[in-house]
Amino acid sequence: MAKAGSNLNLDGQGNPVWLLLELTYKCPLKCAFCSNPTDLDDHQDELTTAEWKTVIQDARKMGAMQIGFSGGEPTLRKDLEELVAEANELGYYTNLITSGIGLTRKRLENLKKAGLRHIQLGFQSSDPQTAHWLAGVDCYEKKVNMAREIKALGFPMVLNMPISSLNIHQVPDIIDLAADIGVEYLELANVQYYNWALVNRDQLMPTREALETAEAQVAEARKQLGDKMTIFFVIPDYYEGRPKACMNGWGSIHLTIAPDGVVLPCSQARSLPGLDFPGVRDHDLNWIWHESESFNLYRGDNWMKEPCHSCSERELDFGGCRCQAMLLTGDAANADPACSKSPHHHIVQEAVTRALATKQDHKKLIARDVGWVPTKV
Amino acid sequence: MADSNNHNSRSRFRIAPVFMFRWEESQQAYVLMYPEGIVKLNTTAGEILTRCNGTNTVDDIVHQLSELFSEQPEFIEPRVHQFLEVCHGKGWIQPQS
Repeated sequence: MAKAGSNLNLDGQGNPVWLLLELTYKCPLKCAFCSNPTDLDDHQDELTTAEWKTVIQDARKMGAMQIGFSGGEPTLRKDLEELVAEANELGYYTNLITSGIGLTRKRLENLKKAGLRHIQLGFQSSDPQTAHWLAGVDCYEKKVNMAREIKALGFPMVLNMPISSLNIHQVPDIIDLAADIGVEYLELANVQYYNWALVNRDQLMPTREALETAEAQVAEARKQLGDKMTIFFVIPDYYEGRPKACMNGWGSIHLTIAPDGVVLPCSQARSLPGLDFPGVRDHDLNWIWHESESFNLYRGDNWMKEPCHSCSERELDFGGCRCQAMLLTGDAANADPACSKSPHHHIVQEAVTRALATKQDHKKLIARDVGWVPTKV
Repeated sequence: MADSNNHNSRSRFRIAPVFMFRWEESQQAYVLMYPEGIVKLNTTAGEILTRCNGTNTVDDIVHQLSELFSEQPEFIEPRVHQFLEVCHGKGWIQPQS
């Protein structure tokens, strides 16, 4: 997922700080808001265990400190424990980003032994039926059980709930569920419209009123819960008027490796047409980060057009998201149209109007139907 | 979380389990890492936190720092207490029970 900036008070001094490994695009779920590419079947030639280890070592040498194991569903890789152990030994803070499907008590114990520090568990809803609609698979009970196992083993945990029209009215129940499980962090992340979520945008877009209600409910819960649980509420940029500081800037601190070894500034960048991202099978990671054309294209602010180039906020939001600029305006060098100063901002406003004029019905959601692997839930 | 003002010179602290604290060569600094975040610490903060190992008392830390920085313990003490309160408030450290 395109991150709305990360929490840190250091800069990478030109080096990557965050390494995200998308170990596989395969997944036992079919989420209608999935951020994986829509042409998944073209990128299934996954790196081997040895190739992943080389990536982990090379990025560490370059200065990366945080590592995320993601996907698809990373637990489908049987070498996950081995890769976590490698990363832990090298000094990374290890994060697993999982749906929980494919995890077992035994695997969690082995991941703990391997040195896994933290788990981000994706959830769809506090209601089993809604979760089924959004994930395309009946998985709610399994997820709740896994969440409890994760806490029983003492892992710190973020419960990540992508928020859309289908579950925004459940925010108080979602907060209760997270508090009951005992998670440290709850991330209510309004769905960002890339890839599968963009396909389903008309169905997923919440109303401004629903957002305001949810925000008030979050504020109230924060008062009630105190410091027992931290709730992040990620505002949808379509409504915000300000663009997100996407990835802290292109090629700034984030490094994503796709399942086939293609190296990306963020996991969505693959959707940018006309860009040829190099892979670790053909090039040295250090060269890709520092020298490759694709990583330098939108680095810094020389590439910026107006209104970004002279904008007083360009060092705060870096012109927003390049992928969103491309998807909605046809040019990645344009200002992110989520910005109210963008001459293309009307595109975002029209998308909201169109979505809200659509009769929203869960039966019209298009499930992510490629890369799905049946797994016993 | 306990009241952050209830520690005294005999209290012992350790890094909270969510956090990973270590020297980072590429930054030439101590860093504190947690889910989705990294804090780079200045020299003094790093030297205090590296001593929050569950064994040193706050008093031990004050004396070790006064030697390290060649300052009087009376100068160091309130600063150490203040920093530990901030750290405790942020959830970085926990009292050793």
